[in-house]
Amino acid sequence: MDIFSALGINILLALSVYSPFATGQLSLGNAGFMAIGAYVSAILTVHLSLSLFPSLVAGGMIAGMVGVLVGFPALRIKGIFLAMITLAFGEITRNFFMNFLSSLTGGTYGFRGIGDTPVSLAWIWGWVLFFLVFFFFLSRSRTGLSMIATHDDAIVSELVGINIVRLKIGAFGMGAFIAGVAGGLFAHYYLYIEPEFFNVWKSIHMVLFVIMGGMLTFWGGVLGATVFTLLPEFTRVLQDWRGAFFGAVIIGLMIARPSGLLTRELLRFNFRHPDRKGPLS
Amino acid sequence: MNRNLLLALKEVSKSFGGLLAVNNLSLNIHQGQIYGLIGPNGAGKTTVFNLITGVYPCTKGSIFSEEVDLTRLKPHSIVRLGFARTFQTIRLFVNMTTWEHVMVGQNLSADSSAGGVLPLGFGRKRDLERKAKEILVLLGLWEIRNQKASILPYGIQRKVEIARALSTGPKLLFLDEPTAGLNIQETKDLLKTLNQIHEQGVTLLIIEHDMRVIMELCDHIFVLNFGQKIAEGSPGHIQVNEQVIEAYLGKEE
Repeated sequence: MDIFSALGINILLALSVYSPFATGQLSLGNAGFMAIGAYVSAILTVHLSLSLFPSLVAGGMIAGMVGVLVGFPALRIKGIFLAMITLAFGEITRNFFMNFLSSLTGGTYGFRGIGDTPVSLAWIWGWVLFFLVFFFFLSRSRTGLSMIATHDDAIVSELVGINIVRLKIGAFGMGAFIAGVAGGLFAHYYLYIEPEFFNVWKSIHMVLFVIMGGMLTFWGGVLGATVFTLLPEFTRVLQDWRGAFFGAVIIGLMIARPSGLLTRELLRFNFRHPDRKGPLS
Repeated sequence: MNRNLLLALKEVSKSFGGLLAVNNLSLNIHQGQIYGLIGPNGAGKTTVFNLITGVYPCTKGSIFSEEVDLTRLKPHSIVRLGFARTFQTIRLFVNMTTWEHVMVGQNLSADSSAGGVLPLGFGRKRDLERKAKEILVLLGLWEIRNQKASILPYGIQRKVEIARALSTGPKLLFLDEPTAGLNIQETKDLLKTLNQIHEQGVTLLIIEHDMRVIMELCDHIFVLNFGQKIAEGSPGHIQVNEQVIEAYLGKEE
């Protein structure tokens, strides 16, 4: 049944990348935020005997606050440079947990002894549901529309009255918060964490979910996470060729659907009332 | 007259490195007029728009709307005071429909932090949708509201830009070469629309190279050359102004 926990956590991680991406910010450092959430919540439950829910929220909040701090310089940096900076941030965080606080966290030997308050599958999916509802409402709100505008053209967005500073930092912090919560859930489900779990590959995986699934609707990330969590399981018959097959799927998808599997048009035309022509008609 | 002064530029200068793009420019914009801003290529017309709307900071001088100094404000706050614009090269949101372009501009009139995250279907939806519909009907875009704006023909895209600007509820609308790239029929069409927008109480400031458009539409014209205002006045006045003729055609030997 472990695949369902992995799926839930991957969906959260995909949403954590989607949130800043929807305002045009690519973060390659979300594994760092995930690590912060995981370590903070585990320290709270293990060393301070705090109960699970406040620990998860605290882990998410601290990750979110760090996200806001990282988000400020991110405002001035775009594209590939932002990707580089967030990537460096993720590595700094991983190294921090390798070398500091090791009396609390075990450092490179890993954090053992998490387990008084284990997470059940329902906990994970409860949070997934919560964030799906959140993004569902967000996507149909003015703020959701403003995020697309900012993604498309930040300068023009400002000139139609959008406070892009608030929006971008909010989206970045929100993504970090979600990654932090996912980290906390991860730590308390698997009952063991070590810094190496939160390396660059983890961050790249999350970004892949969003790029493959579709970048401009949160359903894209959800679909991407689902496909890329389940696909490796169903292709075990390929044995040694599994990795190569996986890579081929990614290349094929990028050729066939460069903006991801799901696009806003696809959702609009196929999943909404077909007889509804549009607003006020 | 001073009572309906909408915008006042006071000795505004802007330099890019060693290039003085706008030099000691003072302009007064009064409510209810249609203004033209003309001048040869590179005279600094678009820079003036960028300074007023806050895209660039001024090097010197101040821009007042009533008692507020716009040079201290961010672009999104300036829009809020009722100053909206279009762009010389069309800049639409590539992932949005025409309808969404008009809804996103209404962020302002619907502003409240709580309201912002509620779905569009809540709260003042009716008001906003009515206003959006009015704007789209006025510009003849209602039928194509659900099409992605970036795949529409060029002339229509210009109108979507105007619609988006109007949706912010401006007192003063800056139009940067609205007829560029349009054919004769489309231009006529657009002039009619601009007159209608003006009749609804919106003041217009238009950058335009087509002199027939400027002379037909504008009440008052500012002429820029090398970043300086060389003349201003009614169309009749400008047409016979020697400095203007010289700037456009060169000096007679």
